[in-house]
Amino acid sequence: MSYQQVKFYQTGTFTIGNRLLDEHNQTIQSQRDRTNSLNSGHRACQGCGEALGARYAVDAAMRAANKNLVAVNATGCLEVFSSPYPESAWQIPWMHSLFGNAPAVASGVAAAMRAKGKKETRVIAQGGDGATVDIGFGCLSGMFERNDDVLYICYDNEAYMNTGVQRSGSTPARAWTNTTQAVGTEPGNPSGIGKNLPAIAMAHHIPYVATASVADLHDLEAKVTKAMGFHGARYIHVHVPCPLGWKSDPALTIKVARMAVESGLYPLYEAEHGSVIDRTPIRRKVPVERYLELQGRFKHLFSDPPDVAGIAAIQAIADANIRRYGLVDQEVQGGT
Amino acid sequence: MKQQIEGSQAVAKTVALCHPEVAACYPISPQTHIVETLSRLVKAGEVGSCQFLNVESEFGALSVLIGASAAGARTYTATTSQGLLFMAEAVYNAAGLGLPIVMTIANRAVGAPINIWNDHSDSMAMRDAGWMQLFAEDNQGAVDLHVQAFRLAEELSCPVMVCMDGYILTHAVEAVDLLTQENVDAFLPPYDPVQLLDPSDPVSIGSMVGPDAFMEVRYLAHHKHLQALEAIPRIQKEFHQQFGRASGGLLESYKTEGAETIVVALGSVNGTIKDAVDDLRAEGLAVGAVKIVSYRPFPKYQLRQALGHAKRVIVVEKDLSVGKGGILSSEVKMAMRHLPVMVETVIAGLGGRAIPKASIVRVVHEALSEEGLEEPHFLDLNWDVINAELVRQQAKRRSGPTAENILREVGTLGVKAG
Amino acid sequence: MLQIRIHGRGGQGVVTAAELLSMAAFLDGKFALAFPSFGSERTGAPVAAFCRISERELRAREPILNPDVIIVQDSTLLHQVDVFGGLQPDGAMLINSTRTAQELGIEELCSKLPEHHWCIFPATDMANTHLHRPLPNVALVAGFAALTQEVSLGSIEEAIQQKFPGSVGELNIQVAREAYDYVKGHVLA
Repeated sequence: MSYQQVKFYQTGTFTIGNRLLDEHNQTIQSQRDRTNSLNSGHRACQGCGEALGARYAVDAAMRAANKNLVAVNATGCLEVFSSPYPESAWQIPWMHSLFGNAPAVASGVAAAMRAKGKKETRVIAQGGDGATVDIGFGCLSGMFERNDDVLYICYDNEAYMNTGVQRSGSTPARAWTNTTQAVGTEPGNPSGIGKNLPAIAMAHHIPYVATASVADLHDLEAKVTKAMGFHGARYIHVHVPCPLGWKSDPALTIKVARMAVESGLYPLYEAEHGSVIDRTPIRRKVPVERYLELQGRFKHLFSDPPDVAGIAAIQAIADANIRRYGLVDQEVQGGT
Repeated sequence: MKQQIEGSQAVAKTVALCHPEVAACYPISPQTHIVETLSRLVKAGEVGSCQFLNVESEFGALSVLIGASAAGARTYTATTSQGLLFMAEAVYNAAGLGLPIVMTIANRAVGAPINIWNDHSDSMAMRDAGWMQLFAEDNQGAVDLHVQAFRLAEELSCPVMVCMDGYILTHAVEAVDLLTQENVDAFLPPYDPVQLLDPSDPVSIGSMVGPDAFMEVRYLAHHKHLQALEAIPRIQKEFHQQFGRASGGLLESYKTEGAETIVVALGSVNGTIKDAVDDLRAEGLAVGAVKIVSYRPFPKYQLRQALGHAKRVIVVEKDLSVGKGGILSSEVKMAMRHLPVMVETVIAGLGGRAIPKASIVRVVHEALSEEGLEEPHFLDLNWDVINAELVRQQAKRRSGPTAENILREVGTLGVKAG
Repeated sequence: MLQIRIHGRGGQGVVTAAELLSMAAFLDGKFALAFPSFGSERTGAPVAAFCRISERELRAREPILNPDVIIVQDSTLLHQVDVFGGLQPDGAMLINSTRTAQELGIEELCSKLPEHHWCIFPATDMANTHLHRPLPNVALVAGFAALTQEVSLGSIEEAIQQKFPGSVGELNIQVAREAYDYVKGHVLA
């Protein structure tokens, strides 16, 4: 028998489940006793960032909660692709109610556990950006204000994807969606920074807020694990590329996410009780073009002639983040 | 023990006796006294480990209960009018998921125009959602129906609304026999869920159901209500045995023996109607009344039994299906299918308009007269005001907001400046 | 059956007055129903509350259009709101004021009522004396008892104690007694 040498490229990713790493550094997914809370067989698109993020996040939460966990899900991609009647990909107790009420439903589950003295049973709520920053915003703020014992995880793919790619309050400046099309004098989503939910969560002074990305799955796991160590309202915002809505290559989902982080457009940080306590520095800063050019939803910025002003405006957002969170030289300038 | 007490407080105290585990409430007139009293009882430690959440909206309130109920807790809230509509999506969701939530509806009109007084437009708007709807005639009924509601809801895994007229009952002080904890405990066992969010036995609740199975799922929800038509009288009987009062049931007849004309209604107006019936009987007219207690499930067969011998049924309802007319009267008419019973529609009491006994008496006389009643008949409508506004609208395109114009006509608003 | 209508302004305890009346009637072994007629919470706005007292079970829920007794807690309402609308020809009236019928401009109305069927007395002053708060409702309720003899003073005192436990109740009872004696004396005079 002849053997063929297989090369594994590990440039900054954790491929093949990190079996080459020490066990304590291995991700949960490579362990034999992984919970697989979101099991295979779900109907997510090829290259779905949300399916990837949810798998890691929920398994980390399960581990932290000694498998004593209930999940509440808002309507959206995750809910739809994980529960195609009559099947369910969930191996944990899981509830879907409505689009706008996941935070409230989760608050209710937590209250029931308190009433019944079941202190060990923990509760997470999950929703996309639409469910979180738009339609569920009121309920989410209420959950924060009451400090209900729920970890809310938002998977942000920056638009209403399950309904066919429409703009949400999280859609970034100049991005194409079906309701912000690349036509007219201002193609794409009007300029803005999107609704900054992590900052809003911090303004509620809840125990723990963090941003994470599928570009760094270990970091996501660590943040979920840390969040589970707190009681009270906690919020994690996860950046998850959507190949369909972003018109990106499904094979490049993790790279696209990394470019968002490395350009400064998606800062990674943690906050406790309203103040930032830590941030992940950018390893190799890249201009925003490296991120934008991978996505068809920004294609109109690179037409002939290119939209120099538009790209510059996006670069300005990235630069502002880098300054605010000290992502490059650790010097924080102004803001939170 | 009998006590002279405000309806809201009687209800709150009764709900507390039922050992709710999670209550989530958002204030709205005229329900406020209920949630205030319940919150005080919870805070004072009188409701065991009950968690009382002050939520950010009515939609939040029912959503919290959806989660709590799925997690195995006995749940309660109260709302009305705008609040009920704000939680409309969750109302359908709770029924569709089969969660035994109990909710007080302090019946109030739905705007626009904004109106805080009583009518049934709110619960009527949710009549098809799958919740059971029980109507109280007085505060004793309100108290008794809440206890029965928890029994009924949990037995069938179906949420129940207990409807009591806003202000008319919630803010009325009258004698109520408040129940004892022992009696309530003997009647209401702990909640034993049909489905449960339990890490030791995981299930997925709330999956999408496609065209291939949706009709069957909906029929099963309807089937629950058909089972309730049997359960409600049974629970009434058990309640009678435990508490000595035959509260509840599907409907209640008053002097219908030999009645040729029967007045039908929901809620507190039945008290006034009974007095009117007495006056009419004294005049020598063969008039009776039927009070519907269970509006959903709709007691089609039982109504047929109670009304079938009459010549004429006059439905007095505090709601209006705009563009059509009566809601309850259509359903009563459907129940009288193939029987020679004339069903009249009287729209009354909208937005808290008083229904005097004299008007009930008069409308019965009108129904029995040569001309009869128009269909529908609007009780005590001020046609001068209506006609003045219609003239105004015809005269000028920019005739202004209708409500303001009418209020000026009626004298509530001052004269327009300039 | 006796129908009572109470007029006042938000914050003056009009609704409580009706409630106390109904509680006292209940304690006397009668049937009673008290209910308000108001809108959203607003101090100072005109408010009316109703009470029906009967030997028989009360079933009707309509507002009281033809009261047997009118109680006016705030005399500034006299010419602003139709406080006397529907009053029965042989009805009774209690008005909280330090002024006379003539000064209030209601002399003609009073003269039409049967003798000893009306009384104007300084309920607020009585309340201020004992409670140091201008809440005339208890005094008027006690005055009603004296004027009509429809509820007993004893039951009013018990109702007060149930509604206001402790020293607040005690002080209100003193107000009630003073008002009762005053109106009784005035009526017999």
